[in-house]
Amino acid sequence: MIEILASGPLTTVQDRGRPGHLARGLAAGGAADLRALDEAEALVGPGAVIESAPAPLTVRLHAGMRVAVLGAPAAVTVEGRALAMEAAHDLPDGAEVQVRPTGRGAWTYLAVAGGIAAPEVMGGRGAHLIAGIGRALNAGDRLEVGTAAPRPAARLAEGAAGRLGGGELRLLPGPQTGLFPREARARLEATPFVRDARGNRQGIKLSGGDGFATEGQLTLLSDFVRAGDVQMTGAGEPYVLGPECQTTGGYPRIGTVIPADLPRAMQAAPGAPLRLRFVTRAEALAATPPPPRTEPLVRDPRDMPDLLGYQLIDGVWGEP
Amino acid sequence: MGFPRIDPLGLDALLVRFSDRLEDRANRACVAFRAALEDAPPGGVAETAPSLGSVLVRLSDPAAAEAVEAALRERLAARDWGGGDPPPRRLWRLPCAIGGADGPQLGEVARAAGLDERAAADALAAAPMRVLALGFAPGMPYLGILPPEWDLPRQTGLTPEVEPGALVLAVRQMVLFGTRAPTGWRQVARTGFRPFDLDREAPVALAAGDEVRLWAMPPDEVDARAAEDARRLGGAEVEAVG
Repeated sequence: MIEILASGPLTTVQDRGRPGHLARGLAAGGAADLRALDEAEALVGPGAVIESAPAPLTVRLHAGMRVAVLGAPAAVTVEGRALAMEAAHDLPDGAEVQVRPTGRGAWTYLAVAGGIAAPEVMGGRGAHLIAGIGRALNAGDRLEVGTAAPRPAARLAEGAAGRLGGGELRLLPGPQTGLFPREARARLEATPFVRDARGNRQGIKLSGGDGFATEGQLTLLSDFVRAGDVQMTGAGEPYVLGPECQTTGGYPRIGTVIPADLPRAMQAAPGAPLRLRFVTRAEALAATPPPPRTEPLVRDPRDMPDLLGYQLIDGVWGEP
Repeated sequence: MGFPRIDPLGLDALLVRFSDRLEDRANRACVAFRAALEDAPPGGVAETAPSLGSVLVRLSDPAAAEAVEAALRERLAARDWGGGDPPPRRLWRLPCAIGGADGPQLGEVARAAGLDERAAADALAAAPMRVLALGFAPGMPYLGILPPEWDLPRQTGLTPEVEPGALVLAVRQMVLFGTRAPTGWRQVARTGFRPFDLDREAPVALAAGDEVRLWAMPPDEVDARAAEDARRLGGAEVEAVG
């Protein structure tokens, strides 16, 4: 069991979401940075994780378990001693894990072997706050943990660094792209946007350009919207929709951020630069990243005395 | 733009559009076409869903898009999806208090429709409506299509908050809110039925294509029927049709 000792207002249990309910008006939801979930799975195995926005998170483990902290960089300490991110660590019963975000990136994940065993609702264990499924975690919450198959301890060969500072978001044209004049599409690609302060699991606002309006059609029939869609508000300001977006909407959408780049959009902290570029479907398919690679965890012996002093359970470092 | 048409929607979905305007025939086509896809899903399809004027087809593998699109074109050509008998559905009678404190804007809506308040309440209770689509929030129905006299624009300002169960009207449709929410539509009635209830056997009870009637009764009766309903359906009567 994991006990939450302190958490920010946007700390929730998340998994890959609950797909299959679009006809019922429920978006799949799921982790804001799905690549971080792939990385968590590579290190500790499949299962739900704790997702935390930039705010300190402190938990106490009520059993020995394998833990990994991923995504937006944070200072992670166990009983005051630093713990590397993006690596699997076997921590003892009673360990207190503190995660303090550094301000780079937006979403940090705490994953445990076996996964967070929150109750399954409509096929998922994560919170979907807008839909009223689950809720944000609070100090005092106790979360059950599932059982895990043993696996060698490892760290990520390449972690989240490449998707944390903003950058280019590749866009696929969609059903409404053609409603925007060529000039607006060209200007969209030429505009150096920054991630606005406004943003959450429903989506993020891009600032730095506006007036991206469609031609002629003032009132659009409400139609399906998906995570990744770049939606223009009435003022023609772009929002990139997140996993907790509504299923339908009446604002026009100029395109859809490809799945490979959506984690980069969601992990952009306020102020991070973002550019948009249209790509072909072939380019989008080719951009799908391979599963995260891991490498065996070999400890620097200089780290060991301190860690052993904190009663970390036996046989945990440098397992075969 | 010719309809129906198929466009990619992101990497993992296709969107089949029957219209870009609210049209009875196009919406019926969405429901019928989607039901046929659910009955016999083409290979490579993970999920389908209807909206007011389109059907979303989510792919199990983005690389299958071309094959699925070809299968969808074949299905589209097979019949006139907007005509003929609709697929099996249910008829819901939702206990409702129309007007008064439960429909504070019925007067405005009635005037716009050229009716007095009593006649407007009777007309809304008699109006045959369908669930055109579920969306915006989980289980939230768009009901219609109401006759042309109900083609009211949205309010210029927002009503800061309506109660759960509020039925609000605009643009020849009604929407039923499940939670407290701001709205630009005008509230004409209130029901004890909740579109989304995780404690119910089926959290989302309505489906696109279902028929809906407002069943007018006094407010205390609406509340009593909902309170006594072990099915958690707000005292609604439900029967299978077709």
